Amino acid sequence: MSDAVIRVVGLTRSYVMGTETVHALRGVDVEIRRNEYVAIMGPSGSGKSTLMNLMGCLDTPSAGEYWLNGQEVSRMSDDALARVRNKEIGFVFQTFNLLPRATALQNVELPLVYAGVSSAERRRKAATALERVGLGSRMDHRPNELSGGQRQRVAIARGLVNDPALLLADEPTGNLDSTTTEEILGVFKGLHAQGQTIVIVTHEPDVAQHAERTVVIRDGKIASDKLNRGAAA
Amino acid sequence: MKVFDAVREAAHTLRTQKLKTAFSAIGVLIGVTFLIAVVSIIQGMNVYMEDQFANRLIGLNTFQLARNPTVNTGDNSDEEWREWQRRPRIRYDDADYIEARLTTPGIVSRYCQDRATVGAGGKIAKDITLIGTDPQYFQIKNYDLSEGRIFTEQELRTAQPVAVVGSLIAEKLFPGLDPIGKEVAIGGIPYRVIGIVEPQGTMFGFSMDKFVVTPYSAPARRFICPIGVLDYVSFKAESPQAIQVMKDEVQSLMRQRRGLRPGQADNFSFTDSKSALEGWNKISGFLIAALPMLVGIGLLVGGIVIMNIMLVSVTERVREIGVRKALGARRSDILKQFLVESATISTFGAACGVGLGIGLAFVISAASPLPAAVAPWSVALGVGLGMTVGMIAGVYPATRAAKLDPIVALRSE
Repeated sequence: MSDAVIRVVGLTRSYVMGTETVHALRGVDVEIRRNEYVAIMGPSGSGKSTLMNLMGCLDTPSAGEYWLNGQEVSRMSDDALARVRNKEIGFVFQTFNLLPRATALQNVELPLVYAGVSSAERRRKAATALERVGLGSRMDHRPNELSGGQRQRVAIARGLVNDPALLLADEPTGNLDSTTTEEILGVFKGLHAQGQTIVIVTHEPDVAQHAERTVVIRDGKIASDKLNRGAAA
Repeated sequence: MKVFDAVREAAHTLRTQKLKTAFSAIGVLIGVTFLIAVVSIIQGMNVYMEDQFANRLIGLNTFQLARNPTVNTGDNSDEEWREWQRRPRIRYDDADYIEARLTTPGIVSRYCQDRATVGAGGKIAKDITLIGTDPQYFQIKNYDLSEGRIFTEQELRTAQPVAVVGSLIAEKLFPGLDPIGKEVAIGGIPYRVIGIVEPQGTMFGFSMDKFVVTPYSAPARRFICPIGVLDYVSFKAESPQAIQVMKDEVQSLMRQRRGLRPGQADNFSFTDSKSALEGWNKISGFLIAALPMLVGIGLLVGGIVIMNIMLVSVTERVREIGVRKALGARRSDILKQFLVESATISTFGAACGVGLGIGLAFVISAASPLPAAVAPWSVALGVGLGMTVGMIAGVYPATRAAKLDPIVALRSE
């Protein structure tokens, strides 16, 4: 088995809107290896969100193959995809998307609830994940008692708690000021150093620069795919 | 997701929205409250009617032979009434005839009564039940005396003006005094008080202690029944099973005495505790039949309220549903979450309804003469119905939630 976490071959996604067919992705080939840190960039309408949805198993392609951690997931049923999302992918969103009434710990436990993990084991794993992002002392706080950076750390901990093959972050710093952005990018860097595979979708070149490699999407195709200068290779 | 986790999560969500939950549950709460309260009252009435009303009024294992039924349900036709009026009355010699020939072991007692005014030493007790009977009556009514004695067979035969009085009469006419040996005037005729019956309490708020018992042969009998005539004859059998045997025997003796041919209807009636309860059974049967409709309306409204609240809740939480799906929730997990939430609301409502219903039943029974007894089946039914209503009401909102596309849901505001 190769060490590719993601292998995408001829990935196509089109939507029918009224009488018109919109081609959001027109045949994308990309491979991301274990422990890579990749940024996906592109202007709005480029198809980068579509690619992210497909990579996140929230959507299925019109054509092409998508191998995630050795599994071909592009033809899977809804429930099978839900299981893949639960086990293989950790999501980090721009708007954090934490449950407002639950504590940090409960938020981080959520993926484990759907994995059917026992309550004691959930607490233990969630606490470990929060400690990994430096929030061990804030476990019983609710999101509204936390700063933006802290909220995003909780979301990252939630993404990590199932030991996913891929941490998929969609504009993770889009709602944060520059200081906090640095802080969060530092967290990603640390996780990457520990061996975590990370894909970060962004439109900010500064943010993309923190990754090892940048893939640029334009008009539903890969426009460029190169290693970042200065990044550790 | 495990059901236990779903319940825990639902409880958590509902706890953080106490007011909303309380309002959602109100319809089911009212329906179940009503169910429990009405069933408790009916159940209480059933117990009361059997133990207290029928057995106290007629006597345990006892039936009465009379011209017409002694306890009436009130819905007899005029024709029936007229037929009863044409029947011959029950007479002393009817009772003698049967008593002389009856082979089933038991007690026979002759009875006649009317309303009367009783006075003593300038004090007056109005609207007293004046009873003319024999010593066996005390056995049939199971009366114990708190003081004195009952009258004897000898006193009955010699028509002595002696009286055994109810406790209320004793208190009213002889406050602070010992009534035994004192005189009371019944229709102007002086009677000697020889005994006081222990307090019998109340029935439907009416005192059961306002009576005077005298030998049916005694002088005041002319105020009660025409001479030679009785209201009824009571027969007490030795066991509930023996009642029917005894009744059959009395029936054939009466038919024989009155010369009724086969095919001719009886021109006398029997009343026992079962027939005395007929009227009540009719009323309670009607209430029990109407109950599902009334409770059903409450639960239907409750279900619709819950369904609407759940729909609003799904709309408010589209983003949350998207997040949950992204984190690995399957359709069935989301479905389960909202179904459990809806069922939890209505079960909570039902549980409060059970408590409130029991409370209400006891408040009613404390404030009125109506008795109450909680029927365990109604509690189980109430909670079960509540849970079911919640599940059904939750199906549509939960299905809508489960069907949401995670991408669309995540993008929603």
